[in-house]
Amino acid sequence: MTVRAVVGRIGFYVLIALITAFMAIPVLWLLFAPFDRTPSLSTSLPEWTWQNFTGLLANPYALTSLGNSVLLALGSMVLVTVLGALAAYALSRVRIPGRDGLLYALLLLSSIVTGTAAMVPIFLLMFELNLIDSQLGVVLVLSGGLLPAAIFILKDFMDGTPRSYEESARVFGAGPLQILRDIVLPVVRPGIATIAVWTVVNVWGNFLTPFILLRSPEKSPAAVVLYTFYTEGGQANLGLISAFSLLYSIPVVAMYVFVNRRYGFRFHGGIKR
Amino acid sequence: MALATSPPADLAPPRDVATDAAGLGRVRASAFVAPGLALVAIFLVFPALWTLYLGLTNYRLTGIAAARPKFVGLDNYATALGDQEFLNALWLTLLYVLGSAVIGQTILGFVLAWTMRTVHRTVRTVVESLVMLAWILPSSVVAFLWIAMLDRDSGTLNALLGTPGMAWLIDHPLLSIVVFNTWRGTAFSMLLFSAALGAVPPSQLETARMAGASGWQQLRDVVFPHIRGHILTNLLLISLWTFNDFSPYLITAGGPDNRSETLPIFVYQTAIFDGQLGFGTAISLLMLLINLVLAVVYLRLLRERRS
Repeated sequence: MTVRAVVGRIGFYVLIALITAFMAIPVLWLLFAPFDRTPSLSTSLPEWTWQNFTGLLANPYALTSLGNSVLLALGSMVLVTVLGALAAYALSRVRIPGRDGLLYALLLLSSIVTGTAAMVPIFLLMFELNLIDSQLGVVLVLSGGLLPAAIFILKDFMDGTPRSYEESARVFGAGPLQILRDIVLPVVRPGIATIAVWTVVNVWGNFLTPFILLRSPEKSPAAVVLYTFYTEGGQANLGLISAFSLLYSIPVVAMYVFVNRRYGFRFHGGIKR
Repeated sequence: MALATSPPADLAPPRDVATDAAGLGRVRASAFVAPGLALVAIFLVFPALWTLYLGLTNYRLTGIAAARPKFVGLDNYATALGDQEFLNALWLTLLYVLGSAVIGQTILGFVLAWTMRTVHRTVRTVVESLVMLAWILPSSVVAFLWIAMLDRDSGTLNALLGTPGMAWLIDHPLLSIVVFNTWRGTAFSMLLFSAALGAVPPSQLETARMAGASGWQQLRDVVFPHIRGHILTNLLLISLWTFNDFSPYLITAGGPDNRSETLPIFVYQTAIFDGQLGFGTAISLLMLLINLVLAVVYLRLLRERRS
């Protein structure tokens, strides 16, 4: 090896080390502070304790808000997967006039009408519908935003299932809903699972929609309650914030690990699937 | 000759009879599609169309203008284009997109995708997991991690750099959110570029290496021509997302003195916080238009690649 190559190699690993440090250092706090007897903002090895987590139980909003997050996430997941699968199936099998234009327009719309660009009319709409401070309202808004992409992706999955299965089921007298339930759904299960996980992760982390639409803290999901923990006046309770952050993060990390193990988390061909 | 293979016209099935494999027929198919479309129509299409009208009124959340909004024509747009705070927000948003998406995430994502091909598997797993972790953690959590990191008195960054008392979030708010968003969003570019690099024929790289091309020359002459489409896709998508990103609000709330107030935060402050719904909607519509341009370019590109 020439000197130049050695220097190049060292430079290469220094670069990787720097990037790793950049990515790792902010997260360390999340790993150490929840278990520290006297948590501070700086990252340091903890003096081991569970007291931050027991403190969490005493807080009136912490656990309720996690329950609310579960409620919002599951509600949206059911709506998006059921309505998305029904629509995708019909669009995949029947040539409804203007189908391709419709799908294209839906996809375009869902990528431009984002939470922030549409927050004012959505806020007003919910105001008029009397759905301010209602969890149902949050679920409806979030599902409406996620559905177009869900239909688009599910239709791709449905297009890939062989039609001969359905034809033979029909010969034996199965109705359309029965065919959907017993034949199509089992075949496209990976697609449904992808959409379900994707919906849950999106809703679980969403801050803006519940922040605008919900008023009472006992209805707010963890994303909003965590924010109020660190912005409300007085000395921030770092033990509470760190323990709560960790607890709130675990489900999405667990889901990521699960999906990654099961299906592999890679792009194929180059677009997010 | 193609005509001979298609069925004669009189054998074509009449309308309204199921012609599809599942025996759905158009009526039932429409019933399957309807609930989903209704939800999308009410909570996505309608709000978007409503902005067209609301932006032309002086609608407010409270007071006289709430009960009887007046039609004010293009006044809101005229006000916006002359409003210092709006122009400031627009400028900051452009810098934010340029700094964190176009420069930060794209370059870091590419460097990661390029370097991770040749390192040991363990290193790759560790680095990629960290990058993914930053992407999947909820934004309220990530925001607080960066508040802790950049804190003036006991932040980890000051301890590392030996700059005690440096108030990053107050002295350099825009830089802080740019670094934050780079950290948070690099995963997408990394994933997309590693998929793209996987499609570059190894034989071409090998040939270039044999011919004595340096690393940079290989990149410029072999890799970039292959992944140009991916770079464009990546740039458009992350620009769109970053442009609409509300998470800087969680760190700086737009402050101090609006120095990190990007458009989403400006809309929130104007419309929801101050209650100037008409004016806020006008700004939203301008945002929608910018989104529309980005999305149309992207979808055009996607269609061309598919066909």
